Amino acid sequence: MPEDARTALMSGLSSDGKPVDRPLSPHLQVYRPQITTVLSIMHRFSGIWLGVGTLFLTWWLVALASGPAPFATVQAFFASIFGKILLFLWTAALMFHFCNGMRHLAWDSGLGFEKPTYHASGWTVIAAATALTVLIFVIGLVAG
Amino acid sequence: MANMTAVTMRSTLGRVRGLGAARSGLLEWWGQRVTAAALVPLAIWFVVSLLVHLDEGASSVAHWVGRPWNGVLLLALLMALFRHLGLGLKVVIEDYIHAEATKLAALLAMKAVLTLFWIAATVSVLKLAFAG
Repeated sequence: MPEDARTALMSGLSSDGKPVDRPLSPHLQVYRPQITTVLSIMHRFSGIWLGVGTLFLTWWLVALASGPAPFATVQAFFASIFGKILLFLWTAALMFHFCNGMRHLAWDSGLGFEKPTYHASGWTVIAAATALTVLIFVIGLVAG
Repeated sequence: MANMTAVTMRSTLGRVRGLGAARSGLLEWWGQRVTAAALVPLAIWFVVSLLVHLDEGASSVAHWVGRPWNGVLLLALLMALFRHLGLGLKVVIEDYIHAEATKLAALLAMKAVLTLFWIAATVSVLKLAFAG
């Protein structure tokens, strides 16, 4: 940043007329990640990723309505390694977004705003989403 | 206009420029929550159903979708899902794209894609429902 711009933005005079450095807002790059902020951005990312999944769900339904041959193509895609990786990532995203969404609905009802509570609920979301993802994927792999 | 005489804090210029609350924000906020609440049981039902019918062939899955209540729940799921997704992506676009023209283009493109996919998914479910 040029010196004059820096001075204009970050230096000022106190009420005594002494030069002082203005306090800075914590920027994202230097702010230590916390369970609250990390889960917040993960909710957004998982939502966007589930949006991509919604388009694939539509593809699956359209193929199903189009006949056995198009449906076999879609099923073969999801049975491939690449397809399985996508399915795993959608499962993980859905389980996280689902669990964290419950947390958001609780907040919208005015519940769980105490610091120990939202820390505990955050870690509970991570644990529940991880367990559900593993459970569903194991069942899915066993079933075919 | 009757409310021109009403006591208001908003300036006439602000009103002409469309500044201030659009008065539809609460509806979108509420819609996001209502669809979220609807998606809780619908998502559980859908994931469990997928796991149960995972190993079945096309005709069996098509038959399952074609059963009346399954079709109804799928249509409800699609309606809530696409509305929830549209509201969520709208917030994301509005948060990160600040140039007015680009933002409007992104919002319209998103809306167009979601609307077409929603209709396609709905038509597919209806086709299977009426297939017999």
